Amino acid sequence: MRTNLEKEKNRFSGAVINEMRIKLPSLSVNESVARSVVAAFCAQLDPSACEVADIKCAVSEAVTNCIVHAYKDSVGIIYITVKLCEGRTVRVEIRDRGRGIENVRLARQPLYTTDAENERSGMGFTVMESFCDRVRVNSQCKKGTTVTLYKLLKNRE
Amino acid sequence: MLKKNCTLELDGNREELTVILRGEIDHYTAAWVRSEIDASISELRPKRTVFVLSEIDFMDSSGIGLIMGRYAKMQNIGGTLAVRDPSDRVERIFKLAGLERIIELEKGEKNNEN
Ligand SMILES: Nc1ncnc2c1ncn2[C@@H]1O[C@H](COP(=O)(O)OP(=O)(O)O)[C@@H](O)[C@H]1O
Ligand SMILES: [Mg+2]
Repeated sequence: MRTNLEKEKNRFSGAVINEMRIKLPSLSVNESVARSVVAAFCAQLDPSACEVADIKCAVSEAVTNCIVHAYKDSVGIIYITVKLCEGRTVRVEIRDRGRGIENVRLARQPLYTTDAENERSGMGFTVMESFCDRVRVNSQCKKGTTVTLYKLLKNRE
Repeated sequence: MLKKNCTLELDGNREELTVILRGEIDHYTAAWVRSEIDASISELRPKRTVFVLSEIDFMDSSGIGLIMGRYAKMQNIGGTLAVRDPSDRVERIFKLAGLERIIELEKGEKNNEN
């Protein structure tokens, strides 16, 4: 018998058709670079304008987190992998080697932030979750964080 | 100086400060417009600040922080804050944080697709 978790995983495990890897230093100006490049790569699947906007927003959140949290007092490298898969699935992996998240469950709560003084709203993960079909977070203290965004694109006529 | 894909227009008096933002609001552009807007609020001490957001074509959660921060600043000087004509998308992001419960949302005749 298959568990729900397995079923959910299978929905997102189509074979990779095309893949892009980019590496960017954690400079704030690269927030818009990252989301634009990812959107441009996804265009070959002919997503709707709304789906493109969803992906851009979620990528922007994850990349901003690398810049303001993971590499708070330094400049590090942000590794982004975009995989376009069978079944019109987009997988975007955003990885850093920064300070990591102590309690991921807590960090994902709406309005939770460790950086209120810089006007972070604590809504980044909530935005990612509401604009994607699945969000996976893997983190290890002092080692880094990997956020994987899964977006299922609707079939186009 | 690096190019910013966001522009800011400030216009106001003691009664009302109008803040027109165009382009993209993210952590990078928010940090810059924040200091400009705060300088205006401190100087004018208006009764009301209105953010016109009809020409925003991208916003992430940095926009929530930007509005919340200016809201707190207006409260400090006994004033109010309103957001005018956000697109459905921008409004949806504000609503994720429950912003519509504390901030006045003004919607004009303008159609907001997207
Ligand atoms: N890549 C990361 N590295 C380290 N900490 C992170 C990372 N991403 C998120 N966090 C932690 O999770 C919290 C919540 O993130 P988020 O929902 O995006 O809100 P915000 O960025 O506004 O604080 C952050 O305040 C931070 O403590
Ligand atoms: Mg964030």
